Amino acid sequence: MASDSIPISGSIRLPQGAGTTWLETLHRWVITVDHKKLGLMYIGYALMFLVIGGIEATIMRIQLAVPHAHFVSPEVFNRMFTMHGTTMIFFVAMPILFGFANYLVPLMIGARDMAFPRLNAWSFWMTAFGGLLLYFSFVGGDGLYGAGSAPDVGWWAYAPLTSLAFSKGHSTDFWTIALLVSGFGSIGTAINILATIISMRCRGMTLGKMPLLAWLNLVMSGMVLLAVSPLTAAQIMLMIDRYLGGHFFDTQAGGSATIWMHFFWIFGHPEVYVLIIPAFAFVSEIVPVFSRKAIFGYPVMVAATVGIGFVSLSVWAHHMFTIGMASYSNAFFVLTTMAVGVPTGIKIFNWLGTMWGGKIRYATPMLFCIGFLFQFLIAGLTGIMLASAPLDWQLGGSYFVVAHFHYVIVGGILFALFGAFYYWYPKMTGRMLDERLGKWHFWLFLIGFHLTFDFMHIPGILGMPRRIYTYEPGRGWEMWNLIVTIGVLFQIVAILCFVFNLINSYFRGAPAGNDPWDAWTLDWSTSSPPLAYNFAAIPEVKSRRPLWDLKHPEDPDWKYE
Amino acid sequence: MQSLSLGMAKTRGAVAMQILLTLVSPVTAASAVPLSNSPGSTSIFSPVSTPADSIFGLSLFVLAVTGVIFAIVFTLLVYSAVKFRKRADDDGREPPQIYGSNQLELAWTVIPVLVVVVLFLATARVIHGVQDARRPPGTIEVKVVGHQFWWEYRYPQFGFVTANELHVPVSDPKQPTPTFLTLLSADTDHSFWVPRLAGKTDLIPNHPNTMWIDPRQTGLYLGQCAQYCGTQHAKMLLRVYVESRPDFDHWVETQRQSVAANAPQDASAAEGRRVFETTACINCHAVKGTVANGRFGPDLTHLMSRDTLASGAAPNTPENLRLWIQNPDAIKPGSLMPAMNLTDQEFDQLTAYLLTLR
Repeated sequence: MASDSIPISGSIRLPQGAGTTWLETLHRWVITVDHKKLGLMYIGYALMFLVIGGIEATIMRIQLAVPHAHFVSPEVFNRMFTMHGTTMIFFVAMPILFGFANYLVPLMIGARDMAFPRLNAWSFWMTAFGGLLLYFSFVGGDGLYGAGSAPDVGWWAYAPLTSLAFSKGHSTDFWTIALLVSGFGSIGTAINILATIISMRCRGMTLGKMPLLAWLNLVMSGMVLLAVSPLTAAQIMLMIDRYLGGHFFDTQAGGSATIWMHFFWIFGHPEVYVLIIPAFAFVSEIVPVFSRKAIFGYPVMVAATVGIGFVSLSVWAHHMFTIGMASYSNAFFVLTTMAVGVPTGIKIFNWLGTMWGGKIRYATPMLFCIGFLFQFLIAGLTGIMLASAPLDWQLGGSYFVVAHFHYVIVGGILFALFGAFYYWYPKMTGRMLDERLGKWHFWLFLIGFHLTFDFMHIPGILGMPRRIYTYEPGRGWEMWNLIVTIGVLFQIVAILCFVFNLINSYFRGAPAGNDPWDAWTLDWSTSSPPLAYNFAAIPEVKSRRPLWDLKHPEDPDWKYE
Repeated sequence: MQSLSLGMAKTRGAVAMQILLTLVSPVTAASAVPLSNSPGSTSIFSPVSTPADSIFGLSLFVLAVTGVIFAIVFTLLVYSAVKFRKRADDDGREPPQIYGSNQLELAWTVIPVLVVVVLFLATARVIHGVQDARRPPGTIEVKVVGHQFWWEYRYPQFGFVTANELHVPVSDPKQPTPTFLTLLSADTDHSFWVPRLAGKTDLIPNHPNTMWIDPRQTGLYLGQCAQYCGTQHAKMLLRVYVESRPDFDHWVETQRQSVAANAPQDASAAEGRRVFETTACINCHAVKGTVANGRFGPDLTHLMSRDTLASGAAPNTPENLRLWIQNPDAIKPGSLMPAMNLTDQEFDQLTAYLLTLR
């Protein structure tokens, strides 16, 4: 490995910290403002909720394995899909991606921490508190109406189902306030990432020389600011409706149900890109390193990301093709939605261009990225189908849509995330994840994913709507639902492999060294795990791949950029 | 491929599309076929009405285009993943570094833009055709009111109200008699989705919508509520009976009649009527021609003309009817119909009365 050739090591002697009893360790983590520790806490917190959200999904799949099943009651099923969606979006995907951004952005741009370390800690704890508040609804949701219950209004929480008339007790309040609180956390983190990237880059790192991961997180953070704010506003309006006699969404008093839909989806659709853009970021870092080539078309990749960012702000009503908008409104949102496919397609072609002519090493991170590319391709194409409004009149709100967006979120985002885990775990812990177990994880998850989500398209085409706790036999849905449920078993085993690998490798993994993948960005120039200050001396870069320049002084990148 | 070729016979390049379709989603195609003719089918690939038909045609076109894109990119990905893998005899040197190509970037920007334009135009045509259709003379008007968790159907042209089972006449393409549905909601959001007749349209309180169907084949078409509306969203099923014009006219005549004003012959039924009209039943249910005129629940005037109970949740048999009155949760847990605490005898009498509502 080339780590010896990197001059950016060295260490700074720090005063000895407090003692090492578990209480003192805990205390250090709770009060920390270190971006790396906060990043790891985000990730650990999100992984915990990933397991919880997965259990909720499993309960739903058991119930739907056969028609007219009695595994859970309709009430419980409705809570499960509400909690599953809310948890996975707000308390798994967002925090885990924020966690990686927190950990990686300062390291990649040669900074010692985020721009606002204490805001960073505040944001994390707000997000964490939001998640706990949501789950406290299981205990306190029904308030005076009896035993506890979680919200059962769906993660879109369409009005007027959330009004006091239809949602008694406090479960909807828990949902609302949990999202409000964690939303403040998200906004704080977005501001922080923006400020960090804009003002904390090391010398020589112009915007055009930033790693793509930093660029993509910059765009993502800007979108969070624009997307989360309307959601926060809508939540406040909902609370005004419920407790202060407002009538924003109260249809019984002349309020508008569709206004909530607009508020929700002007958040909800950019949100999808808020989640997928960091996944793009991982792929844009991993694919070049394992193909041994520079990223193909860097400026175009940046432009495409910014393009996605802008266009995705104008596509939200494609979630609302069935609500009876005028034909020309529908046509407008068809056009914008299909237009997003263009920059997204450009990205896929550029990753392909990166692999083309390379020497591809199929280590676990790259395997997951290859999985990402295939699955994201299919997810994009089913997205084009759904963008065509008339097709959406049939397929929207059906299991086809459920399959489509799980293809994006699991097949795309989660695969990229797993790749990121295998790629950066050595940096975060100083130890390698076990490759053999990693391959088991990959193949089992791949099989489980395709069993579940490929076959899930079919009941949608056959007319099965989503969010039903049971279904009628004789419509040709039985076999597909059973296969879908069987796929879940494979996914569970795969996740167990992953979790075991995470824990076991922390203690027994092979030492990683600074630069196990022979990579090119600044994060690999410092020790694994990096010390609190990241870099003993702030590095200076001349190109997008500073470590390539060091490793290949005869042929450095800056000659060509 | 029976059902698919049926629809595609009208489309140019049918063979090419069929091949593509089979390539892209073999499972999908295979699954849609055997079901298309079965009575329970709710497949979007076996349309019998113009809106569903035009969506089906569009879906084949979009599938073909996306299928070609998929085939090209998939092949390129597989090729590069295999061809450019690191070989066992690798010399350890880095491959040539290529930073990009303006020509390629331009190509894979412009071509997708053109594809998007084509797809958009094809889509806009269908949107216009379905959404901006005019009502021809002879149109049947039905007001559909979504309730938690059942459907109310009002026929203003004929002056009666019924529930849960929609009857419409078959429409002759030469002289179409489509049915236009005005969609309203009494409480939360719902969505009317009978896949073989048309795409779904939501029923939103304070936000009337319209949709239309012109089924060209008689028969029963199934569907269900497609917008989450509360606890029993799953059993808010849709049944659309498409009948020949004489059958439909006969059905309309029957539905317009009031219940015979004279008391039922049977003593038990007569007693049941008294129970019905002196308990909370009439707060929610209406029986035309009697004192019962509640509107929160389904109109029961011609209850026994319906095949199912509880919005399609159970067949309308005397046993199910009695069970439904006695304990609605046994059939549809979470439904808003309360369990009436009556005696066994009263349940028998009530059932006997309801059985007379033909």
